[in-house]
Amino acid sequence: MRGPRGGLWGGRGAVLAAIPMLAIVAVPLIALAGASSPSDIAAGARHPLFAPALWLSARTTVASLAVIVAAGTPLAWWLARSSGRGVRAAELLVDLPVVIPPAVMGIALLQTFGPRGLLGPALASLGIHLPFTTAAVVAAQVVVSAPFYIQGAAAAFRRVDEDLLIVARTLGQSPAGAFFRIAVPLALPGMVAGAALSWARALGEFGATLFFAGNFSGSTQTMPLAIYTALESDTRVAVALALVLAGASVLLLVPLRALPSLLSRRLDRPSRSPHARGRPK
Amino acid sequence: MKWQVRVRARAGGFDLDATIAGDRAPCVLIGPNGSGKTTLLRVVSGGHPPLAGRIRVGERVLYDSDAGVCLAPEERRIGYVPQGYGLFPHLSVLDNVAFGLAAASPRRSRGRRRAAAAGLLEEIDCGHLADRLPVKLSGGERQRVALARALLPEPELLLLDEPLAALDAATRRDMRSYLAGHLAARGRPALVVTHDVRDVHALEAPAVHAMEEGRIVQSGSPAHLAAQPASDFVGEFFRPAGAVRRQRRNW
Repeated sequence: MRGPRGGLWGGRGAVLAAIPMLAIVAVPLIALAGASSPSDIAAGARHPLFAPALWLSARTTVASLAVIVAAGTPLAWWLARSSGRGVRAAELLVDLPVVIPPAVMGIALLQTFGPRGLLGPALASLGIHLPFTTAAVVAAQVVVSAPFYIQGAAAAFRRVDEDLLIVARTLGQSPAGAFFRIAVPLALPGMVAGAALSWARALGEFGATLFFAGNFSGSTQTMPLAIYTALESDTRVAVALALVLAGASVLLLVPLRALPSLLSRRLDRPSRSPHARGRPK
Repeated sequence: MKWQVRVRARAGGFDLDATIAGDRAPCVLIGPNGSGKTTLLRVVSGGHPPLAGRIRVGERVLYDSDAGVCLAPEERRIGYVPQGYGLFPHLSVLDNVAFGLAAASPRRSRGRRRAAAAGLLEEIDCGHLADRLPVKLSGGERQRVALARALLPEPELLLLDEPLAALDAATRRDMRSYLAGHLAARGRPALVVTHDVRDVHALEAPAVHAMEEGRIVQSGSPAHLAAQPASDFVGEFFRPAGAVRRQRRNW
């Protein structure tokens, strides 16, 4: 498929033009990696802020990912399989948290669930107080990172050939049967890629969490907030925490980047043939 | 078994308004690209909602807007083979063929479903393909497997959308006689979309329906359409010189 290495567009000029951006991304990471000695990292890991923050980040991101996949998959399916003005409007709405600053989302959540918010008093009468709890951390992560999963899953669902779904139905499957037996297996690489992005975004969530959940060690202080807190007292601890978080992200990224392509290589989509596309005539 | 389709539907940029009928012999649907043939098949299969009309196969009413009847695709007992055959890329050939028995009643065990599918694959000389993924099949093999998958649940009406279009010329000749033999032996109705007059002759279809811009412009025997074409398209379709030209383009 690809020609000789470099090919038509991989000449020296193209490489030179690509270097500045690559450097902008890479240099800070290299600086971070070089800033700490192994003993510093070990000291950072022993710091009292570290373990509770890591454990809280792990718990809350798993919980928010579960909520996002459970509630986001039906939404993604609907966005992918329907058309009309309502669907386009819903698509815009889903994309909004990507462009709205997280701090603004945090304020919006307070306006919803706070003591004088839209739903706060009603929930309070039921004995539910969301702000400044661990549940608020999860809520902030869900709102901010859900679009990444929904967009990825909807794009993957859109690539599922309509004819395959119709054939599955004529072969006796209910709508749910066609969804789980055909649509989900075929869309799985895209769904996993979207979930990975979403998880990474939730892991780094800072602004909305700080405003809506606060910064209390053990209950709402996730890794990014712990870095922020540590920076006020001891830069070395902040750097060590940052390195651990970066390491965890990289560890997450590698398998999550490899998984979708592994999954889709197994299928080796035959849809390159012009007849495999389902367009009505 | 007689069947009858009379439907109106919205399709892309135009309105579909078609009435066709047939009995146990294969029936052919022709028409230029974008004339609504695929949409009509989808409407009959239940995959595209019509606006109004009535679809009847034998004694069963699948759709009747006046009576408020609209069976789901899984209740229609229709076999649908779309363009490109619609094999499920993540399932082996065996699991593709057995797929139609998964939701059938009475329920059969997975082992018995796979045994039934394997038996059918042997019958069509495709037993050696059972473990392959569809992407590893040739065009002719895909066609056979897709046909086997559609036939295993014993549908009452079979819909084939350009079953031979994706094949190279030599395979197409083989598959044309294979398809004609199978449809004749089965003795159940089929509606076949094609762009090739030789398919009409090979299937010995007693009736051809020509569709243009969502409407049936002519219905009748191949001889009648050839002798008195109602439109330029029909004339071109049956004109021997036109057939030769088309043939060259395809080769």
